[in-house]
Amino acid sequence: MTTSTGVEELPIRTGDDVVRVRQLVRARAQEVRLSLVDQTKLVTAASELARNTLVHGGSGTATVETLSRDGRSGIRAVFADEGPGIPDVDQALTPGWTSGSGLGLGLSGARKLVDEFAIDTAVGRGTTVTVVKWTR
Amino acid sequence: MERVPVLSLGDALLVSIQIDLQDNTVLALQEDLAERIVSTGARGVLIDISAVDIVDSFIGRMFASIAALSRLLDAETVVVGMRPAVAITLVELGLSLAGVRTALDVERGMKILRALSDRREVRQADEADADLVPVAEGGGPAAGA
Amino acid sequence: MTQADGGRVRALLRSGDKVLRRWVEAAEEPLRGRLTTGELGRTCSDLLSVLVEATDGGLDVRTDAYAGARGFLTELSRDWARRGFSPTETASAVFALKDALFAAADEDGDGDLATVLEASRWVDALGLVTFESFARAREQVISEQAEQLLELTTPVVKLWEGVVAVPLIGTLDSARTQIVMEKLLQTLVDTGSEHAIIDITGVPAVDTEVAQHLLKTVVAARLMGAECTISGIRPQIAQTIVTLGIEFGDITTKSTLADALLHAMRGTGVEVVRRAGSR
Repeated sequence: MTTSTGVEELPIRTGDDVVRVRQLVRARAQEVRLSLVDQTKLVTAASELARNTLVHGGSGTATVETLSRDGRSGIRAVFADEGPGIPDVDQALTPGWTSGSGLGLGLSGARKLVDEFAIDTAVGRGTTVTVVKWTR
Repeated sequence: MERVPVLSLGDALLVSIQIDLQDNTVLALQEDLAERIVSTGARGVLIDISAVDIVDSFIGRMFASIAALSRLLDAETVVVGMRPAVAITLVELGLSLAGVRTALDVERGMKILRALSDRREVRQADEADADLVPVAEGGGPAAGA
Repeated sequence: MTQADGGRVRALLRSGDKVLRRWVEAAEEPLRGRLTTGELGRTCSDLLSVLVEATDGGLDVRTDAYAGARGFLTELSRDWARRGFSPTETASAVFALKDALFAAADEDGDGDLATVLEASRWVDALGLVTFESFARAREQVISEQAEQLLELTTPVVKLWEGVVAVPLIGTLDSARTQIVMEKLLQTLVDTGSEHAIIDITGVPAVDTEVAQHLLKTVVAARLMGAECTISGIRPQIAQTIVTLGIEFGDITTKSTLADALLHAMRGTGVEVVRRAGSR
């Protein structure tokens, strides 16, 4: 059974907000004692996703919470926007594919850095990406 | 928006990143560096990231861009002090920073720059010799070169 | 069945020093020699006072009223687990409280079935709490030992100024490889070394994931400004790597640790020469 505590939500409207999301995720990851490498992976994934929310979604929110299951702890981060949505998710998850000027490593890269990854998107409705990283 | 200071160190520029990088800061740094390379005639750029705790694809791309643009301006770039956790994450992310030179710390980074600039001087001297003076028999490289 | 308010059990617990004495007596038997009577007496007495307090909130050990008691039992079983007590010994000490309560009930002439059942059920619940935390404590001890073992079996050693190596021995799984690699890269920073050698002479086989981790380590070392050489690749492993289609690309590999060391030393500007006159 998974339980969740300490839900915190931050807006993502500017580049500074992206930095704040990174800092929040880092602080929460340290709280549950993720290893340094896992912290870095999670914060990097959060940075990619928060930037996506800002650049592709226009603006949105990041929600961070602490999970606990079978004696292990984890951090869940949810990035939600009400932007144009992604028409072709499979394509968007292909490493190197890019809709703009980036490297195309945002979504595909973030997925490789976390333990759980889910994406919910519809054209015209927006995009929600959920990631989870568990302690080893 | 905070700006990252660019320091002059001999014929090299030193950028020591001590803040949480925001995308605009990254872009501004790129512009600042291009200008400073031209205005100072610097032959090398050292980017010290030992205080940086994450490098995502955007920041990673900045290193590659700075390396490419400084090369166009006849300067070499060395990224120094990347933390192990950051390096492991970058590799996982699929970013290998091709074309970017790296070193463990500033001191070793400077050594690389010096070695590169020595090699460049030798090459330039050779080219100059070749252009101006026919190679004297048994003379070898001129003592003053 | 209605939830008892625990009145009679509480009364029995408070019926004086006899309960404590009998408990200690009953608990001493299975714990023979493990604890001094004095220590056991103190432990039982402390636990008894915590329990008396907790029963004010009823007999359900899952309630907040029992937070202190649960903490005490957790602490106790953790301590005993570390000192090598068996699960039976630890649980028996708690179950011995039953004997004391039954005897007290008998004496007070209040030994009706309902009271005995209630007391029995209550002690059983406490026993379960103890057992569970005992098991958890043991698991923790095991995982700590596994970590220590990992620490012991994967030493990162300095071979030369600026050259560190990790000789890997035994089967590598993904988790172990990852930990070793992190340790190796951290050592590069801590010692300011520009060369790392991963020697896999003692590794019988690798799977795709482990081979990938080795590769990633080499690339990560490069990003940090260091060079990483892999030495001691056995023929079977070379076969695997080729069969799996893993690209080792421009990664330096050497057949032995000695060759790798020589390569690294040359990289740092050291030349090894044999003195004239020696063999």
